[in-house]
Amino acid sequence: MSAKLDRLCQNLRDALGERIVSLTVDRGEVALEVAAAEYLAVATTLRDHPDLCFEQAMDLCGVDYASYGAVVFPEADQITARRFAAVSQLLSLTHNWRLRLRVFATDNDFPVIDSLMDVWNGINWFEREAFDLYGIMFSGHNDLRRILTDYGFVGHPFRKDFPIFGYVEMRYDPELRRVVYQPVTIEPRENTPRIVREENYGKVGDRG
Amino acid sequence: MAEIKNYTINFGPQHPSAHGVLRLVLELDGEVVVRADPHIGLLHRGTEKLMETRTWIQSLPYMDRLDYTSMLVNEHPFVLAIERLLGVEVPIRAQYIRVMFAEITRILNHLLSIGTHALDVGAMAMVLYTFREREDIFDMLEAVSGARMHGAYFRPGGVYRDLPDRMPKYEINKFKNAQTVKELNAAREGSLLDFIEDFTTRFPVYCDEYETLLTDNRIWKQRLVGVGVVSPERALQLGFSGPMLRGSGVEWDLRKKQPYEVYDRLDFDIPVGVKGDSYDRYLVRMEEMRQANRIIRQCIAWLRANPGPVITDNHKVAPPSREKMKGSMEELIHHFKLFSEGMHVPPGEVYVGTEHAKGEFGVYMISDGANKPYRVKLRSAAFQHLAAMDELSKGHMLADVVTLIGTIDVVFGDVDR
Repeated sequence: MSAKLDRLCQNLRDALGERIVSLTVDRGEVALEVAAAEYLAVATTLRDHPDLCFEQAMDLCGVDYASYGAVVFPEADQITARRFAAVSQLLSLTHNWRLRLRVFATDNDFPVIDSLMDVWNGINWFEREAFDLYGIMFSGHNDLRRILTDYGFVGHPFRKDFPIFGYVEMRYDPELRRVVYQPVTIEPRENTPRIVREENYGKVGDRG
Repeated sequence: MAEIKNYTINFGPQHPSAHGVLRLVLELDGEVVVRADPHIGLLHRGTEKLMETRTWIQSLPYMDRLDYTSMLVNEHPFVLAIERLLGVEVPIRAQYIRVMFAEITRILNHLLSIGTHALDVGAMAMVLYTFREREDIFDMLEAVSGARMHGAYFRPGGVYRDLPDRMPKYEINKFKNAQTVKELNAAREGSLLDFIEDFTTRFPVYCDEYETLLTDNRIWKQRLVGVGVVSPERALQLGFSGPMLRGSGVEWDLRKKQPYEVYDRLDFDIPVGVKGDSYDRYLVRMEEMRQANRIIRQCIAWLRANPGPVITDNHKVAPPSREKMKGSMEELIHHFKLFSEGMHVPPGEVYVGTEHAKGEFGVYMISDGANKPYRVKLRSAAFQHLAAMDELSKGHMLADVVTLIGTIDVVFGDVDR
């Protein structure tokens, strides 16, 4: 680990103390996890603390951990305790370092996470996107509408239990003379199956 | 006097200057914009979800189809992210080739951006000149990857193949006589590198031509100067990057600040704007093209002097050559496994941000050790810039909205993903 990352980790520990759930360094990247209740306060500290100075939030995305490490979508009772997370990538221009901030929503059925819109205004559309695709509610967001999917779309398409072909398809009906929705007629198929092998299978990194 | 109320109009999704399929709902007070609400997603293809169902290499060509005006710079962060997850070494020659093509596509992007921006605000001629140069660049991409636009040329571990020794030539047909063909082929007699070098000697002259047409053009300045001013503080708050951030006077370029590949060995400057208006951003893009040209020339010089491998010899990641595959059982198995099951990437997560032509292009990848990504998030700069459309256009005239769309440099393959 380089001296710079050491310094960043130390600064994070000093500034946040007990509020850190986990702090990991992997492949030269620092990842911080915090609890949903502390999220907004931590974000404000990350931006304003002179030793951290994360002026920019480059990205925020939703992640669904329901089938992590599994081949098929698990049964309802086997889904991991916390399913939805919001992951943001922060950047400090002053110190020239990056941080990944992760927060898990506590409730799987109705995931709610604080909005960071007032901390970084630019995160607005990223939160709308995470809401649209994953159904994560961002409390405090002033304009939480769907953004990428169609007007009147039902469901959250990037959830792991949403099929890749979707549920409805659209076509022009010459008799009704308008566009109609109907259940999908495509046969689901998978050309290359998803395979999870044992750890270090093939030893890709260190030449098998 | 009649009572005048604000009214709402639809701009797009099929407006010629909407750069694709932007539906902009504008609330107007007379001709002044009160509120702009961009509706995006008309080109949403669910690329990130599709990637979850494809192997790592099968997902790569999707990257070309995001920002279809700058294809190879899109592939760049994607392969860098896979390489960081895998921990493979990339041959230095491959890194130079990648940087060279990233800069060539940066020129390609800015040519389109400036050309169509000028077209949108009423300067018809500009796009004819910039598309002339784009044609040469498409020929380079075709020579190296076989495809004029969607190259799929960068691969995890290097590039698909080495630079070709000869350029494809024009042939005589009923539209082109011997004399025309001879002129067209003048630069194509040597290798691809010769052709690119010839282009880089011509290109600064072309840039001067563009500047003659636009930089001091009275109408161009009337349409751009003072339109869409963003202060450095607001630009940071809104998450701007690339020319949009530098136009506001923030000296930030990932190629310099967080160098990846061989950018730390190359000599180039970062242009920054002063006022943060559309005109400054135009000047920044113009200068970036000249700097990209400089980088390309340095890469050509290095590539001429240093032959070598262009893709890693780790056959768990990159396929063996056809020759070896036909002769050796082990290589045959490698080849088969790679193209059926695909490679297994160790569990973990990375975020790689690169300096795309439009700003920071980020790829966030989570792997759970399977032969497919668990989650890929593509962070495109134009998405973030378009989100600021409301703030940029507030108080401007309806006609300025066209200028603003041009200065943001949106491409909808990139915004909607």
